[in-house]
Amino acid sequence: MPVTTIGGQEVHVDDEGFLTEYDEWSEDLAKELAASIGIAELNDEHWKTIAFLRSDFKEQGETATLRRVSAVGGIPTKSLFQLFPKKPARKMSYVSGLPKPAGCI
Amino acid sequence: MTDAPIVPDFGDDDEDRKISFVCSKGTLDMAYPGLIMASGALELGIETHIFFTFWGMDMINKKTMGNLKFTPVGNTSMPVPAAMAPLPGMTTFATHKMKKQMDDLDIPDIPTFLEHLQDMGCHLWACKMSVDMFNLTEDDMLDGLDGILNVGEFMEIIEGAQTMFI
Repeated sequence: MPVTTIGGQEVHVDDEGFLTEYDEWSEDLAKELAASIGIAELNDEHWKTIAFLRSDFKEQGETATLRRVSAVGGIPTKSLFQLFPKKPARKMSYVSGLPKPAGCI
Repeated sequence: MTDAPIVPDFGDDDEDRKISFVCSKGTLDMAYPGLIMASGALELGIETHIFFTFWGMDMINKKTMGNLKFTPVGNTSMPVPAAMAPLPGMTTFATHKMKKQMDDLDIPDIPTFLEHLQDMGCHLWACKMSVDMFNLTEDDMLDGLDGILNVGEFMEIIEGAQTMFI
């Protein structure tokens, strides 16, 4: 498993660069991850999404899909496209230190 | 090690990818595949168009969209003897069972699914000829439909797109 250094911290990632260790993630790291993919600043809505994804992952064992973030997490799909432009499912997972969603919808 | 950090390539610069689905069937089992694939495309930021035609109009007709049926008749994939498939109640039973399976997988019903696609920026088009054939007006069809197109107009819109016919 590759190890990479982000914001001065060594983290384990998969071949694409998604974090593989749930506990290596921190809020400070999230800011670095976001910045590295062009999201300059994380606002309250970003944090709300990240918090839902992390707690849902802990309970479900897999990353929530966009539909689940909107239906269960209460964050509208339209907002997700603004918060994590173009590829929200993948980007929100990346910033939250989680794998890509496994579900289709 | 001074290697650059490993960061996923989200391919944001690939601006030109475009996909379209032609949905021509009005049964529950044939309605889902196009919508699920469209959803997958939209999640990847791909410009997505769906053109509803013929029986696919049932997917966007307010009167029928929430009540699509699934029938084992003529379906060789169903574990139901062919002679039993047309019996009264079989379609209702099979429809109920499929809806339950979808629900168990957290897959929404057709009207909710279409709304979800619209929230993701999906373009939904109705076929002009089908609209005329079934005597429909825009009021009969789901809210937020992008428009009614003839085939020529649709061809112009999907220039350069990958297209799937369902």
